Amino acid sequence: MKKTTNRYVGSPVKRNEDRALLTGRGLFVDDIDLPDMLHAAVLRSPNAHARIVGIDVAGALERDGVVAVITADDLGDFWQTVPLVVPPPPIDGLVFNKRTQVPLAKDKVRHVGEAVALVVAESRYVAEDALNDIVVDYEPLAVAADLEKAAAGDAPRVHDDVAGNVAAHVHQVKGDYGAVAGRAAKVIRRRFVYEHGMAQPMETRGVVAQWDAKAGRLCVWATTQAPTSLRNGLADLLGLNAVQVRVIAPFVGGGFGSKLLMYYPEELLVPWAAIKLGCSVKWIEDRGEHFLATTQERGQIHDAEIALAADGKILGIKDVFLHDTGAYNPYGLTVPINSQCQILGPYVVPNYDSTFTAVFTNKPIVAPYRGAGRQHGVFVIERLLDIAARELGIDRTEIRRRNFIPPDAFPFGNEIIFQDFAPLTYDSGDYAPILDRLLEMIDYRRFVSEEQPKLRAQGKRVGIGVVCYIEGTGIGPYEGAKVQIQANGRVCVTTGIGTQGQSHYTSFAQIAADHLGVNVENVDVITGDTDQFYWGAGTFASRGAVVAGNAVNEAAEAVHQKILRVAAEHFGCGEDKLVVEDGQVSVAGEPGNAIGLGDLAKKANPMRGAVQPGVEPGLEATRYFGPASGTTASGAHAMIVEVDPETMMVDIKKYVVVHDCGAVINPLVVEGQIHGGVAQGIGNAFFEQLLFDDQGQLLNATLVDYLIPTSLDIPHMTLDHTVTPSTTNRMGIKGVGEAGAIPVGPLFAQAVEDALDLPSKGVDILEIPLSPNRLWELNQTTRPDH
Amino acid sequence: MELSGDHRIAASRQAVWNALNDPEVLKACIPGCESLTRDGDNAFDAIVQAKVGPVRAKFSGRVELSNIRPPESYTITGEGKGGTAGMAKGGADVVLVEDGDGTVLRYTANADVAGKLAQIGSRLVKSAANKQAREFFSRFGDIVTGAVPLTQAVAPEAVSVAAGAPATAVAPPGGRGDENVAHIRRLNWALLAIIVGLIAYILASL
Repeated sequence: MKKTTNRYVGSPVKRNEDRALLTGRGLFVDDIDLPDMLHAAVLRSPNAHARIVGIDVAGALERDGVVAVITADDLGDFWQTVPLVVPPPPIDGLVFNKRTQVPLAKDKVRHVGEAVALVVAESRYVAEDALNDIVVDYEPLAVAADLEKAAAGDAPRVHDDVAGNVAAHVHQVKGDYGAVAGRAAKVIRRRFVYEHGMAQPMETRGVVAQWDAKAGRLCVWATTQAPTSLRNGLADLLGLNAVQVRVIAPFVGGGFGSKLLMYYPEELLVPWAAIKLGCSVKWIEDRGEHFLATTQERGQIHDAEIALAADGKILGIKDVFLHDTGAYNPYGLTVPINSQCQILGPYVVPNYDSTFTAVFTNKPIVAPYRGAGRQHGVFVIERLLDIAARELGIDRTEIRRRNFIPPDAFPFGNEIIFQDFAPLTYDSGDYAPILDRLLEMIDYRRFVSEEQPKLRAQGKRVGIGVVCYIEGTGIGPYEGAKVQIQANGRVCVTTGIGTQGQSHYTSFAQIAADHLGVNVENVDVITGDTDQFYWGAGTFASRGAVVAGNAVNEAAEAVHQKILRVAAEHFGCGEDKLVVEDGQVSVAGEPGNAIGLGDLAKKANPMRGAVQPGVEPGLEATRYFGPASGTTASGAHAMIVEVDPETMMVDIKKYVVVHDCGAVINPLVVEGQIHGGVAQGIGNAFFEQLLFDDQGQLLNATLVDYLIPTSLDIPHMTLDHTVTPSTTNRMGIKGVGEAGAIPVGPLFAQAVEDALDLPSKGVDILEIPLSPNRLWELNQTTRPDH
Repeated sequence: MELSGDHRIAASRQAVWNALNDPEVLKACIPGCESLTRDGDNAFDAIVQAKVGPVRAKFSGRVELSNIRPPESYTITGEGKGGTAGMAKGGADVVLVEDGDGTVLRYTANADVAGKLAQIGSRLVKSAANKQAREFFSRFGDIVTGAVPLTQAVAPEAVSVAAGAPATAVAPPGGRGDENVAHIRRLNWALLAIIVGLIAYILASL
């Protein structure tokens, strides 16, 4: 199966989508403006846990311009607890208590920001004023806010029938940790606390719904990462056929996981209201709502221990952790299972005993945010190795090297069940060269032996960090793509997933262009429109390029075959005599004897005559790709920092990433993904923290107080990559969407600990996020035995 | 959130206690107070309209008193709800201590805020509350000692508050005698005024 050309895949092609985006011609949900459109606003609970005694909407209904005020009772049969987005994987001994959210709270609210009523009015201004007219009588209940306290036996119950607030309990085992711990030369035990925060995409969420009663069709524009799944769910819940519902995710300004949750109350309420009222309805989330109404990740507390031999080889790891899942758990176990699996890292861990309890709390729902729980896991293993290295007198990079899975051990089975429902298997990898290249790029030896001592002698607090990680990417179930040569010669690629900035309009075009011999700019990509492509799962878990990309690859290849067949018939020659390039097909050696692809497509769709049985009209093919398991990307980050001893601000002097995502479609896109991931990782490590008080109130629900790093805080990064092709797909690609964000927490901890020489005071950094305040506190501490 | 402070007033303890006595004075102290109704012996409900620039919010408040020991001390608890602006609830222990020929009014209060007040204003809440309390007691002290005459009292309309300005306009006490319990009932409006001022201050910062 030869392609016509390899000129696009692998090349740094500039993006197809940028012209429209940069000239303001990209369509976003808030751009939708329909003539009969009404506007909705959501009344949200100010209480973290309360009974709803009564809701009086009379005042709101009297306000001029208010069309409807909807509460749970108005929804009738439509009101129900929503289905699970992701059921739990099949794990022995699993305890799982499904408690999902509802469109509007009835009887009880379980977190600040939970939706209680929907107002629909002529303008958003009127709708928001009407929110103030609604009087809700709450009977406050005791709040289970703190993770550890919520897990204690006597904590207030978030769900009346769930004892101990146990959302789930999972125990996974590999080998026998108990047997090896006894003979270990060294056992390190620590408690780690890791908090991840919010995606805070530039564009908040939004939904516009339009119901055409005569055509019996519902059209929903939504900032969703999973338009096909949303379409299926809406059809089901509204009692419509799937073909009556069209969901369009136009340009979406960043998702990072926060635009996945099915079903957000507004995704259900707005379409329902549009059908009920016979008018289009629009709802756009404001930033203040976003902090409470959109999913987020939060904390885990790990009591972890590692047993090692004298040479630093890992004998086994044991970990018990609590995971804050929020008031409801529609996303199943994805986040904590990722944490659980991530602790194994790129290392040989012969024995592993891991237990977690996911705990309900009176706080917003926890669902994946770029990294999806991997951050928590990588913090535990990388910190354990740092402490082990110090106590065993081994260089921190050397202890990692000694434990890497060797390159001839792949596929490497870790046995425990991963989020793709299969035993965790790494398909391919070669970790030592990544570390070698990284250390070379940051000049590790010279820094540690010469520069650092010199700068320290001058009183400068400089430190270096080096961390390694793997990332399971590209999971199933499947995606599909349709590739079609249009009558005008342009190529159209359609797929079911959506795009939130991942450059699909370019990378998928590159794949098709290579197969079809066209200019990449002549390929139009359509994503996120369920009328254009019916089947799919969504954009998450670093899977778009791997799964949809390979579907595009298969489909484009099939169209290439059709081109050859139809052209061979047209020219009356063998297929091996044909040349497909520059948008046309010609006979080899006869450049004047050519036919454009568009004309060929028309020929393949005759107005008269016959079409042979088994032959499809046109130059079009639809193919699906469903990998049996995920594919494992890997990488390493290094950083040199200087900490100001008075302000405790961290200045990143140098930041290096070496990454392996298998074969690369577009290096510019990969770099962009890593840059963005690292930026969010830096935010997580040092700037961002969701501060909830013991009443479940979020105290910093504005961008003034929730600190997202600015361009001044993000360093220039130097990137390089290695390639160990994936074995799960023909293109050999692995995902890269989340990688940049994953290891930055432990990287910060290691580098700053080094800069402040905290170990000499007996202080380890065992928590993320850090901050100038926290560093100052840690720096003041000295353990008595130091 | 905890607030505490003390304020020395150059007047006798009885004079201070009496000054907190006049219900009309205290109602006048709360800008925009639309209604004030008794609910049983030791509780009051009030509706207060606060206006901050173009933003108008209606707060419903309720306070209750306990541990009444005239003329020394009592405890008040209260809460104010500002619709979608949020809510605040708290309590204070107030103690009057003789200090030579003056009186030290000492309060230890705690307050919780919820809703938008917490989300947007928590960073400002404590400093705003402290500032409001200081301003309130400072003005109150001026009135009791006669530094500001009764006739120059500011009319208690819903006061527009700019960030940083005190929310309460203090009118002088009438000095009429009343039973001690009634005195306490009136004093509790100081806390309500603080809460309202707090809410108004936060709104101004939105």
